[in-house]
Amino acid sequence: MNPPDLENRILSIFLEVAPDVDPATLQRDVPFRDQFDFDSMDTLNFALGLHKEFGVEVPETDYRELASLARTAAYLATALEHRS
Amino acid sequence: MAHDFRMPSLGPDMESGTLLEWRIKPGDEVRRGDIVALVETDKGAIDVESFAAGTVEKLLVAPGTRVPVGMVLARFSGAEVQAAAAPEEAAPAAAARAEQSPALAEPAAALAAAATASAPAQRQRISPAARVRARQLGIDPAQVTGSGVGGAVTLEDIARYAAAVAASPPPAEPARAAPDMRQVIARAMTRSKREIPHYYLSLTCSFLAARTWIEQYNAGVGIQGRLLPSALMLKAVALAAQAMPEFNGFYRDGQFIPSASVHVGMAIAMRGGRLVAPAILDAGTKTIDVVMSELRDLTTRVRAGHMRSAELTASTITVTSLAEEGVDLIVPAIYPPQTAIVGFGSILERPWIVNGTVRPAPLVTITVAGDHRVTDGRAGARFLAYIRDALQAPQRL
Repeated sequence: MNPPDLENRILSIFLEVAPDVDPATLQRDVPFRDQFDFDSMDTLNFALGLHKEFGVEVPETDYRELASLARTAAYLATALEHRS
Repeated sequence: MAHDFRMPSLGPDMESGTLLEWRIKPGDEVRRGDIVALVETDKGAIDVESFAAGTVEKLLVAPGTRVPVGMVLARFSGAEVQAAAAPEEAAPAAAARAEQSPALAEPAAALAAAATASAPAQRQRISPAARVRARQLGIDPAQVTGSGVGGAVTLEDIARYAAAVAASPPPAEPARAAPDMRQVIARAMTRSKREIPHYYLSLTCSFLAARTWIEQYNAGVGIQGRLLPSALMLKAVALAAQAMPEFNGFYRDGQFIPSASVHVGMAIAMRGGRLVAPAILDAGTKTIDVVMSELRDLTTRVRAGHMRSAELTASTITVTSLAEEGVDLIVPAIYPPQTAIVGFGSILERPWIVNGTVRPAPLVTITVAGDHRVTDGRAGARFLAYIRDALQAPQRL
């Protein structure tokens, strides 16, 4: 999967968790928390969505890797590569 | 027996709401608790539940119509009318409502509205002047919610009703924009600070046992089953409220009315600066995994704009947490007509002395704001200690 595809799939999961966010305003390198008041409940739902979409179970200790869109993409790219 | 389904009051400040969608049609069987309509209020769109069971006979209002609180929206036939969730609370609610101006009507007025709706056969109280005026204006007084003594319809109620009807756009026109939620919060909090003689206490305790337990628990379940600290906090408060009923209920009509059920409201921030505190119903009797899944469901629905009417009006005590915002503690304001609110500050790594040795530990400062008309600092201290002790034995939550 090329990086833009991966980010788009992540973005669509993010928007399921935060349907009230305008994706046009999202900055890929800035933490969700700083942009959209993302809290631990949002992070949990985000991790759950990623698990459903990619089959990757993100352990609690890795939640910080889901801080921003760019960071989530990098984390998932590695996780998916290791799996295949 | 026929039953009228009326526009419920869903907030301290609600005078009217816009029917957005019917979830029922004539001929449908409705059970108690079924979602029958989607109503736009200043808190966003709310799924409104039925308090009665029966067959839908007729829908009286078209989607898109703005209607005053108390107006009949639909008629059910063969309705098996149940008493409102908390009948002992409903009657005082109606009385309290009668005493106050509509702008200050109780958040729990929905219970009163439900009680009114559940007793259509009851004779309506109306002042003679109001009856005359209603006849002049061609208004059916049964459609009007009374704000006078004992729920009596006053001349003013008739005028307000007439104005609201005149203001409501014809069906199918776009709904008028909802008022700013900031105003709703402002009114509730102004009333809180004006009427409730608050006292405040705080207590700092270790969150180590709870955190360790959560980590172990979460390692053994899938993502779906993972717990957050807020679920433990909420359950601990629910147990404390069960054990000390003087902190669980409503202050109305110059007296405290304890609630038999513990419905813990959880302050949930919505993006864009809005705040609501819907309830986890019967939180004290639910297991921690159920509390967590309901909390997750509730947060998700609140942020997506799908709250249910019962959740919005049922809270008997409230919990507010700024656990992720870096603050030490919260000094919260009680949400009237409740009589207590519990705040949790951030869980922060701090020095802590155990058996004479200083070591780092995650600490949390818990605060309670209590109502001096009901309890004193001493009871508040016991209440806080109960919450602290519950958090030290998380496996029992």
